[in-house]
Amino acid sequence: MKTTMKNTKSIYGIFVALICLGVMFAEAQSPKAKNGTFALTNATIETVTRGTIANGTVIISNGKITAVGTNIQVPAGAEVINCNGQKIYPGMIDTGSKIGLLEIGQIPQATDERESGDIIPQMRALTAINPNATAIPVTRIAGVTTTLTLPEGGLLPGTAALVNLHGYTPDQMYAGFEGVVLNFPNTGRRGFGDRRTEDELKKASEKALATLNDAWDKAIQYHKLDSATGGKGVGYYPEMQAMVPVIRGERALLIEVNMQKDIQAALKWVKDKKVKKVVFMGVSEGWREAENIAKANIPVLAGPVIAIPNRDYDRYDAQYANPGIMRKAGVKVAIRSNEDGNGNYRNLPYHAGFAVAYGMTKEDALKAITIVPAEILGVSDKMGSIEVGKSANLFVCDGDIFETKTQVSHVFIEGWKMPMQSRQTLLYEEFLKREPGLNKN
Amino acid sequence: MKKIFIAIVAVGFITAGFAQDKGSVLIKNGTVLTVTKGTLTDTDVLIKDGKIAQVGKGIAAPQGVRVIDATGLFVMPGIIDAHSHIALDQINEGTNAITPEVYTGDALNPFQLSIYRALAGGCTVSHALHGSANSIGGQSQTIKHRWGTYDANSLKMEGAPRTIKFALGENPTGHGRRDGTQPQSRMGVEFVIRKAFNEAKEYSAKWDAYNKAKLVKGFRGAPPAYSLRLETLADILSGKIILHCHSYRADEIQMLLKVCKDFGVTRVVFQHTNEGFKVAPEIAAAGAMASVFADWWQYKLEVYYSTAYNATILTRNGVVTSINSDSPDLIRHLYHEAGKTQKYGGLTDDEALALITINPAKQLGVENRIGSIENGKDGDIAIFKNHPLSIYGVPQYTLVDGIVRFDREKDAGDQRIMVDPKQTVDATMYETGHAYDFCMSGTEWLFEEVENNKK
Repeated sequence: MKTTMKNTKSIYGIFVALICLGVMFAEAQSPKAKNGTFALTNATIETVTRGTIANGTVIISNGKITAVGTNIQVPAGAEVINCNGQKIYPGMIDTGSKIGLLEIGQIPQATDERESGDIIPQMRALTAINPNATAIPVTRIAGVTTTLTLPEGGLLPGTAALVNLHGYTPDQMYAGFEGVVLNFPNTGRRGFGDRRTEDELKKASEKALATLNDAWDKAIQYHKLDSATGGKGVGYYPEMQAMVPVIRGERALLIEVNMQKDIQAALKWVKDKKVKKVVFMGVSEGWREAENIAKANIPVLAGPVIAIPNRDYDRYDAQYANPGIMRKAGVKVAIRSNEDGNGNYRNLPYHAGFAVAYGMTKEDALKAITIVPAEILGVSDKMGSIEVGKSANLFVCDGDIFETKTQVSHVFIEGWKMPMQSRQTLLYEEFLKREPGLNKN
Repeated sequence: MKKIFIAIVAVGFITAGFAQDKGSVLIKNGTVLTVTKGTLTDTDVLIKDGKIAQVGKGIAAPQGVRVIDATGLFVMPGIIDAHSHIALDQINEGTNAITPEVYTGDALNPFQLSIYRALAGGCTVSHALHGSANSIGGQSQTIKHRWGTYDANSLKMEGAPRTIKFALGENPTGHGRRDGTQPQSRMGVEFVIRKAFNEAKEYSAKWDAYNKAKLVKGFRGAPPAYSLRLETLADILSGKIILHCHSYRADEIQMLLKVCKDFGVTRVVFQHTNEGFKVAPEIAAAGAMASVFADWWQYKLEVYYSTAYNATILTRNGVVTSINSDSPDLIRHLYHEAGKTQKYGGLTDDEALALITINPAKQLGVENRIGSIENGKDGDIAIFKNHPLSIYGVPQYTLVDGIVRFDREKDAGDQRIMVDPKQTVDATMYETGHAYDFCMSGTEWLFEEVENNKK
């Protein structure tokens, strides 16, 4: 009897020790993303393209959305997530980011978004995107599942890449779009710190335009030579090789342009040069040229929306109202955060929310961060809405995603269920009630 | 000459008269967010001669008093920003590691449009802080956004305590490295401050001895040399000036707490305080306060280990915390910045609103004057369509001392009251996001090399 007791005790002891070990082991590991079949039930589904479904179910299997609607059979073996009282949205797409390229501002060794040279479209953002950037989990747990990562610098600073915010290599993250960035020559000032004289500004923009025209002409020549010789008669000319798909309309030219004068000049330039696939970015004074942008049928990635007006004499809410005004004029408007100074791409829904507070419809603003950017970048077959057959990029939250009090509870990227954790949440857990507190002993 | 003088004096009187104008307004039937005394529905707020005279239901409008119908609207105390550089022509006097002799109150510019734009975001009071280029920067000024005045002095909030800016970490050490002077490290920052405080102590002792000796009959001797620099530092030691300190990392925050303890300085507010959450118990125990960003991080090494939960952790550990702007953009939507604390840590409405009202008022030493809707307080009010913590919140009216200084319906688009004759019509800026740390304005030359490296 006594021995049995002892045995029971020691077995119990081993059992406890094993549990403890297990817990320790679990704690020592970072949580991983999970793949499989998931059933998100009882949710309000904001499909974006097919209205709102009350009390609906979304089935995710092998990375795809396989069923959406009411009366959906939950497949055997599916992990069921009861979303009662919750909403499901498609993953948000931020088309203005430096994610993966810019780790820490002001530290040259921790920034890769700029390369030397003015005409360097062959510099590919995708090649330098760090899949382990701290900003990636910070951003995705807010429901932003996909970002356009942009190089910056001179006239043609490189080729931007669309990435999903999950994966262990740039290739795993790649979301199916690359586009060549053009910083259209500016006639205005960069910002408060830009102390150039009027004359200097004018000369700089004229010189930049001449350089751009020269590069464009060369690219046309290169394309003609390349076509004429079936790709054989041209030497190694990486800048021009990168431009050829743009000339041929196989790849978009992403033109960063903001001031009214510059927008006018860019509209004219695009028309003169017969550029085939054009997207405008920034477009902070788009409201001044909305009709003309609409007429030219050029879509825009607008933002930041939460920003001050470009001119002293502009109405204080010019930037807030900008997306709504352009949309009303018939422009295809996506909204971007462009909060790369502070790494706050997670604020994308708030930029859309401010656009709503100052005149855009809620429906258009939601589209502007989901299906519209997907369409503009040519990936709407894969993402941007909750539809059967699309990649399962979506998230679950407890209310209107534009509202700051709304909490995101689950995020799926290409069907992978993300751990809802970032360095910022870990710090919260560790320091809310720090141990030791004030006294160590 | 005499005529010009009279004209100047006359203009001075007129503008001063306008600035010190106190208004009377009755705000009817609003949802009143008092911040300190809960939320009152269908409630009126009567402001008489610039002060809140009555808060209650069914208040009759005194004769001749303008009535604002706030039915369906939210009425909150004017928003206060404990860290801003708007309305300043100059921000940094970076010529020495120690410059307490300078004062931002001498560089106020009442024509800066940022003042109006802040009002359009419901913000009525800001702390016009010196920059962070040096360890001990300049004295700073709490201002009221009395947009419309031509008189710089009338922006000053009369009776607000004196404040001063200190700075720790990368900004002052980066400056030192450029200049080849101390400080170039966080060790040096501590030393620079301790040395300055010691000199101030000696200076005070000399003056005390002199003043005492002077009382003795037949005393003959010269007074010690006067130094505005040391005089100001001595005023910090004697508690006459509230110390606002630019800081990021936990270690430097604790360093300053220890220095302040050693020198008996008790009124301390940390600015930025990105790693304040790591030493929240220490800050709370010292009775110091913290003014933070809602979510800024990543823009430099010392903010890399930030968390947007900072304000919540500080609040839950008992630190009086505010959310600030440090930016002419953020100052326009501090209500939205405060709202983010509901995402990051789930602060209640009152806790979140306190971050931009009564708490910054405490940090500026003016909590008896502003920061809540209570009888006797200044008539600084912001009226919103939709709750101010909602993304759909839109400021409709902003009142300073009972005078409506922003009215969304009446916004004329171009609100300038002075046009720079040198400015061309198309002077436009195309990077308008808030990617800058305005603390270093005026010292861009320090970073030219970094910028050039980037390019």
